[in-house]
Amino acid sequence: MEIAFLLNGETVNVPVPDPTVTLLDWLREERGLTGTKEGCNEGDCGACTVMVTDEQGARALNACILFLPQLQGKAVRTVEGIAGPGGSLHPVQEAMVDHHGSQCGFCTPGFVVSMAVGHLNGRRDHDDVLAGNLCRCTGYAPIVRAAEAAAEAPVPDWMQDRQPPHAAANGDPALPESADELAAWYAAHPEATLVAGATDVGLWVTKQMRDLGEVCFLNRCADLRGIEAQAGWLRVGAMTNMVEVHEAVRDRLPSYAELIRRYGSEQVRQAATIGGNIANGSPIGDNPPPLIALGAVLHLRKGDARRDLPLEDFFLDYGKQDRGPGEFVEAVSFPAEAPDLRCYKLSKRFDQDISAVCGAFNLTVRDGVVAEARIAFGGMAGIPKRAVAVEAALKGRPFDAAAVDAALPAFAEDFAPLTDMRASAEYRLTTAQNMLRRYHAERTGAAVDVLEVGP
Amino acid sequence: MSVASSLPHDAARLHVTGTARYVDDIPVPAGCLHLAFGISEVARGEITAMDLAEVRQSPGVVAVLTAADLPFANDVSPSIHDEPLLAEGTVNYLGQPLFAVVAESHLAARAAARKGRVEIAAEPPILTIDEAIAANSHFEDGPRIWSRGDAATALATAPRRLRGSVEIGGQEHFYLEGQAALALPQEGGDMIVHSSTQHPTEIQHKVADAIGRPMHAVRVETRRMGGGFGGKESQGNALAVACAVAARLTGRPCKMRYDRDDDMTITGKRHDFRIDYDVGFDDAGRVLALDFTQYARCGWAQDLSLPVADRAMLHADNAYFLPDVRITSHRLKTNTQSATAFRGFGGPQGMVGIERVMDEIAHAVGRDGAEVRRLNYYDAAEGGLPAPRRSSATPPGSISGQMKKPGTAHRSESGTGAAVRFGGAHSPGAAADRNTTPYGMEVTDFVLHEMTDRLLADSGYAARKAAVAEWNAASPILKKGIAFSPVKFGISFTLTFLNQAGALVHVYQDGSVHLNHGGTEMGQGLFQKVAQVAASRFGIPLDAVKITATDTAKVPNTSATAASSGSDLNGMAVKAACDTIRDRMAECLATLHQARPDQVRFADGQVEVGETRMTFAEAAALTYQNRVSLSATGFYKTPDLEWDRIRGHGRPFFYFAYGAAVTEVVIDTLTGENRILRADILHDCGASLNPAIDIGQIEGGYVQGAGWLTTEELVWDDEGRLRTHAPSTYKIPACSDRPDIFNVTLWDGENRAETIYRSKAVGEPPLMLGISAWLALSDACAACGPAYPDLQAPATAEAVLAAVERARG
Repeated sequence: MEIAFLLNGETVNVPVPDPTVTLLDWLREERGLTGTKEGCNEGDCGACTVMVTDEQGARALNACILFLPQLQGKAVRTVEGIAGPGGSLHPVQEAMVDHHGSQCGFCTPGFVVSMAVGHLNGRRDHDDVLAGNLCRCTGYAPIVRAAEAAAEAPVPDWMQDRQPPHAAANGDPALPESADELAAWYAAHPEATLVAGATDVGLWVTKQMRDLGEVCFLNRCADLRGIEAQAGWLRVGAMTNMVEVHEAVRDRLPSYAELIRRYGSEQVRQAATIGGNIANGSPIGDNPPPLIALGAVLHLRKGDARRDLPLEDFFLDYGKQDRGPGEFVEAVSFPAEAPDLRCYKLSKRFDQDISAVCGAFNLTVRDGVVAEARIAFGGMAGIPKRAVAVEAALKGRPFDAAAVDAALPAFAEDFAPLTDMRASAEYRLTTAQNMLRRYHAERTGAAVDVLEVGP
Repeated sequence: MSVASSLPHDAARLHVTGTARYVDDIPVPAGCLHLAFGISEVARGEITAMDLAEVRQSPGVVAVLTAADLPFANDVSPSIHDEPLLAEGTVNYLGQPLFAVVAESHLAARAAARKGRVEIAAEPPILTIDEAIAANSHFEDGPRIWSRGDAATALATAPRRLRGSVEIGGQEHFYLEGQAALALPQEGGDMIVHSSTQHPTEIQHKVADAIGRPMHAVRVETRRMGGGFGGKESQGNALAVACAVAARLTGRPCKMRYDRDDDMTITGKRHDFRIDYDVGFDDAGRVLALDFTQYARCGWAQDLSLPVADRAMLHADNAYFLPDVRITSHRLKTNTQSATAFRGFGGPQGMVGIERVMDEIAHAVGRDGAEVRRLNYYDAAEGGLPAPRRSSATPPGSISGQMKKPGTAHRSESGTGAAVRFGGAHSPGAAADRNTTPYGMEVTDFVLHEMTDRLLADSGYAARKAAVAEWNAASPILKKGIAFSPVKFGISFTLTFLNQAGALVHVYQDGSVHLNHGGTEMGQGLFQKVAQVAASRFGIPLDAVKITATDTAKVPNTSATAASSGSDLNGMAVKAACDTIRDRMAECLATLHQARPDQVRFADGQVEVGETRMTFAEAAALTYQNRVSLSATGFYKTPDLEWDRIRGHGRPFFYFAYGAAVTEVVIDTLTGENRILRADILHDCGASLNPAIDIGQIEGGYVQGAGWLTTEELVWDDEGRLRTHAPSTYKIPACSDRPDIFNVTLWDGENRAETIYRSKAVGEPPLMLGISAWLALSDACAACGPAYPDLQAPATAEAVLAAVERARG
């Protein structure tokens, strides 16, 4: 395969003998662009952050889990391209110097790129923009001061990457251009590995050193991407990334949106897709619990055959999903509004952390009693799972403290969670129960979120 | 003058443009090979068979080394030679390097390293503190015990008494740049090594031993590290030695960098501790007697564990006078990574122990924690102290740069406490001596009374504490907490001979200056501070001074850049070198202009000799033309140190650095989720060499300390496998975890001790300000019920929820 993209404003044509070479390794080892650093090689520290521009705009991505073929037709800007052609500093670079935002300097190029992308896009939510960049020296305070100081400076003209000349398809079947192309190819190559955003598959390569065999990159399938609103439902294409999902649900499903705000980091959300998060089948993915609580329907496709199923039925057992060879997730649909939906993500750290427990509650109270109940959890079983016993215990009762207390024992019927490095089994069960108490308290107007408390 | 100016880090522009070079960024000659270790998958046992055929056949592999292939010493220990580079027979922890793969690429080496088939006859590992105690598995001949007075009797007669225990988790350094080394073979068997290390001389020493050459054949260069925090004091030895051995074998450059998961699995971390306490006190909360038992989990090799555990004992008092006291320290040997240096070096753990005691006493007597702490403080320094030079309202900025006059030094030599007491506001009556530490050192520079007054006032502590109580009364699910804690941290290596430093300074005939010293740059701004010293000594602008990489061929026999000592030691050594050259220049110019040397002035880039004025460059050229050397070494050793670590008595520290913090937090009593709302810090840097850099150390230290005690949890499973071996599972603070309001102010009085420009060391002390966050969480938990919450560390959400339950009783 040969791909073409813009690198710091210049067109590069790159032969790709191994489709799982990461952008980071290629930059450092083939191009000698050592400003982009390897900190963790798994997308968690942001030291390798680069700016990638395509028709959707400019975004920050982790180069360590970005495979070269994903860049076909895009523009890449590394820290070496953030300063002007004549060496003049970008405003965020000036501010980082002036505000003492670097100490050891190793994380700094990644911060600078994240800040420059945020600056380009007019972002002011610096904590969210920088949630995916770890710094061990500064305590972040001077970095945020620098971001604030640079916010009003004009965007330097060199930051406006044009669409590269080779944005068009390169004809490689491993880079299909549509769902139809993918469906036909995948039906014929059912053993292949599909790569959506590579935020998990990337680690199969960088950490497990797995040979993925035949690989197909879905990022050019434009019709797999996007959100349609229809009859009170949203149909979200599998390749829609989590930033786009966040925008779509921000006003309609604010609690789900807040969960997504804490999902991975800016770099991860810009790469991760809703379809990948579901198809992956992880018991700790953060989309399935709210989607199950919403009553989402999954749309699967194999060749030209399509079928739909309730999302919770997709997850059969740990590592096992109801997906046949050559079959792929095409989209997921869910109600566009759910005023009673609340999502609770419990993790050691608020940002960029995998949930120990992720609970989603959607109770409809009619005529004073719980008429409908959909409750789902991640992190409590080998799959994302509905709390059917808890739902049953609540249904038909008034939603009051007594009903909550009476439903608590049912959690142990639904779940027998494990102890691992994120939490103990006892803590998981207790907090899952307490999330129901929180849900009740929140609906009765009590303050329940430490993130909403100010000094 | 550049000293005391808030100049940016010397490499800031290189950092932000991605042009600052770290070891892995150095362009390598053609043919460079890459190394990776094959590591043990069991924690304890004997190697019975090692089948490396598949490793050797893996694509790109050039060589595979086992212990038997090492030509000379198989030793990377910084202490007692108990740490082989590659395991010989016995396996001591899960993650121990067993063999080294040398391959054409980093990825090829990593891939091959996983293909080893090593059979190990596994034995039950000793993993926990309890298991180590039960197995009597420890370093040294037994526990170290230091005492003063008779703790047992005083405990028995004390009006009130408490016993308790606190678990204190370890901490992964998580330097953003992982361990890395590059060895370049030279003619005649010599070796140049680039290493990401805090201790180039030790790398030189270990490499020399490993390749069978004298130290003169090995040159180690370190321009910068991408973070160190103690994790690169000894943990880089293995990579540098492996690269040098492989380079000697193959004749090709060899490079090694750990993948992050390997780094976290292989290298040592902060020691985790359990501290048991038995304290006697009066109804006011004044400590009368204290018996501490500290258990340090040291891992499999001794590394630096003895001085770490010593320092935990040395900080068991923190800022408090402990009349009758006994401190027992167990240094436990376990089948886990060999715990190592980490910012504070045991001091933080010792300090958590005593702060925990203060917290529980305050709860028991029903008094405010700050009041109880103040009641137990050492007495205020006699004779008063130089006032801070500026108010808290002044932002860090340029400070008038006058050379400080040496203050009136009136330290007593050691521990007899004969000085006349200062009759100030904080002086006690004619009570017994309340200035001597448990180890017999008199505290003569105690400024925490004044600092506490100011911090509590400036942070609005009393009013906020009342507001927190009011808020809590109206909030059934969320609770706030607020706490104050002080820091008194001893400055000097406790291994006294390490308190020395060298420097090499050249002045070129164009007036530019080449600066070199034994300290290493890991982000702390040492190079800039020392360059500011050099520029100030010559009266020249900072850009006339070239900062150069630490190099064992320029300055030999260096100590690790550790113990916060970097600027104290190297600043003084550089000052000595600069002054030697300056004196020579002055003498030469005085002779030429019929003046006395003391009439020659160096300032503002000019040199004045009587009525004659010339640029510094002209003066340098003139000195050169008169055949006077413009190159000098400088040397410094810390005075007045005397320490017997077995008795636990003497004067181990040149002085103390102080700090204080107030932190406010909020917790969720349903899940234990918590966060820091506000932190106010007042910290003593003496007369700061660079206020901006010092504030950076304080902000960063606080967040790192708070992270240690909150979200940073190391988890090993029953097999001894570290389960938190990547940032996906080990959570250092992220951007939004810093306090919403974060006020940092420098106390900025002069150091009483005669340090470089009367500054104080700042690397480690601020980390312990983070203890206030942990105490604030304890306070929030205590708001949930009548019982003491007995919060453990780290205070993860899970630990906080457990403490809430305990508080409810």
